[in-house]
Amino acid sequence: MSQAPGSVTGVLDLDVLIHAKALTKRFGEFTAVDGISFELRRGEAFGFLGPNGAGKSSTMRMIGCVSPRSGGELSILGMDPVQDGPAIRARLGVVPQEDTLDVELTVRENLLIYGRYFGLPKSVIAERTARLLEFVQLAERAGDQVEPLSGGMKRRLTIARSLINEPEVMLLDEPTTGLDPQARHVVWDRLFRLKQQGVTLVLTTHYMDEAEQLCDRLVVMDGGKIVAEGSPRELIEAYSTPEVLELRFRLSEHDLAAEKVADAPAERIEVLADRILLYVGNGDAALAAVRGLGLEPLTSLVRRSTLEDVFLRLTGRRLEDG
Amino acid sequence: MTAGTLAPAAPRGSLTMAVSAFRFWLVNYRRTWRGTIYSSVLNPVLYLGAMGLGLGTLVDKHGMSRLGGVSYIAFLAPGLLAAAAMQTAMGESTYPVFGSVKWLKTYQAAVATPLRPADLFHGHLLFTTMRLIMNMSVFLATMALFGAVRSWWALATVPVGVLTGLAFAAPIEAFAMTREKEQSFSVLFRFGMIPLFLFSGTFFPVTQLPEWIRPVAYITPLWHGVALCRALSLGTAGLAGSAVHVAYLAALALAGLIAGQRTYRRRLYV
Ligand SMILES: Nc1ncnc2c1ncn2[C@@H]1O[C@H](COP(=O)(O)OP(=O)(O)OP(=O)(O)O)[C@@H](O)[C@H]1O
Ligand SMILES: [Mg+2]
Repeated sequence: MSQAPGSVTGVLDLDVLIHAKALTKRFGEFTAVDGISFELRRGEAFGFLGPNGAGKSSTMRMIGCVSPRSGGELSILGMDPVQDGPAIRARLGVVPQEDTLDVELTVRENLLIYGRYFGLPKSVIAERTARLLEFVQLAERAGDQVEPLSGGMKRRLTIARSLINEPEVMLLDEPTTGLDPQARHVVWDRLFRLKQQGVTLVLTTHYMDEAEQLCDRLVVMDGGKIVAEGSPRELIEAYSTPEVLELRFRLSEHDLAAEKVADAPAERIEVLADRILLYVGNGDAALAAVRGLGLEPLTSLVRRSTLEDVFLRLTGRRLEDG
Repeated sequence: MTAGTLAPAAPRGSLTMAVSAFRFWLVNYRRTWRGTIYSSVLNPVLYLGAMGLGLGTLVDKHGMSRLGGVSYIAFLAPGLLAAAAMQTAMGESTYPVFGSVKWLKTYQAAVATPLRPADLFHGHLLFTTMRLIMNMSVFLATMALFGAVRSWWALATVPVGVLTGLAFAAPIEAFAMTREKEQSFSVLFRFGMIPLFLFSGTFFPVTQLPEWIRPVAYITPLWHGVALCRALSLGTAGLAGSAVHVAYLAALALAGLIAGQRTYRRRLYV
């Protein structure tokens, strides 16, 4: 894993695993990734947060060396994805957005085939398969066909499969999209353990809680560009207030209330279709001030700021709106 | 799972990578081989029985001079062998390949590993070659049982059949990688395979066709496969003629190989 310094082009810090500068991806006339720059260090968990079409998968595929870049610089593990694709991919573990398991084969056969692609001997694959299926809680299903497995099981199997080569870097494209809350927590737990074992995680998500749970550092993407970067805490501090007061009014009063509430002492006010959000230092004090204006909300909620609020601030849209 | 326990392995060569891709098809084939054996054996038996013996009795009554003085079954069998090569090749190089990229996405899974698109292509060609060797051997054995072989040179129909198959498989596989809809293949079968099967000299000499259309038959790869297999099986193959047939088939296979490396890359590296 030690890189000869001479082979590192343009990157001096040997702990920088992925280096991108003005990275661009175009499909015909359309620019999906629009000159993004970032650096990723060994052992960190790095996230791309963004709505549908932000360019997250396009970025991941370029990092995964299966999509040639249209412009800019990209170096992965000190190598160029165009020149050294096979050597780079040998050290990556990829969990694509769409499952690409062979549903006609068994769980074990999927790992066998995949391990073979990495040139691993059968005995090594067998030993790792046992360990990995245990790790993702699929040991009892080893001999079963993949087709009938649940979505959560397939996702876990994809994760196990991506670990067959003991990768240094894992690329996880929306690892828990479509899973129920319990299945998501299982996946999060496994990813967290991998991180503790020193595996570098790169993940995309449009779940802010996922990003908050897993990422040391993340970038917010929108329309192919990076609109903010930092740790979840830093982003919240920089782009939001400590607390948020959420107000709901009767639908008939919503518009009027939105006008009146503008006089309340808040750093920022967001009027959504069904709610009004007041960004404030102290939520309870703000609620008292709202009542002082003669407004009586149907429901009110004081909560801490999340990445969702950061996203709303940066893009004017909610994440789930896409 | 500790990071960095895996020392970067020496880069593997193209052949080793292709063999890894080939293994995938082999594992798959372990589940489906019974069905294919059935058709590989039944196909020659049915055709040689019905056309060779049944129709052949009628044809032979009219004299064998038009067939170069041999019985119809001896004339027909090597032609059918070459046609079977085409059929095997087209079956392997259309739906299975298309399905891997469109339906199962096993190809997308594979290119996330050290394998490159070209390795997948080569791996599948290796598998197609294996299937061709199997089917050609079964066909030749059946021919021998039907007494339709006239020379020891017939043994060479197996490699020639494989080459004929690859002259179809490589270009068609290259084409399959560019397709978005499976309907393209039914068109290919209907307007490509069936006319070739009927008019490339398999069932009757191309010289029976009107003179103006014969050149069309001569540029089809199947005609070259049929002509060479027939000459070998009847023991009448000449060196120059055989060389032309082999060169033509090899050129097609090579063109398909080059095209496929490109179409695989374009499809899988987007
Ligand atoms: N192969 C392609 N050809 C043309 N356009 C593409 C292609 N792949 C992606 N795009 C376009 O590029 C943009 C970014 O797509 P991408 O898949 O990277 O977004 P994403 O952030 O992963 O979105 P999602 O959250 O929906 O997965 C989209 O507008 C998409 O339609
Ligand atoms: Mg995506």
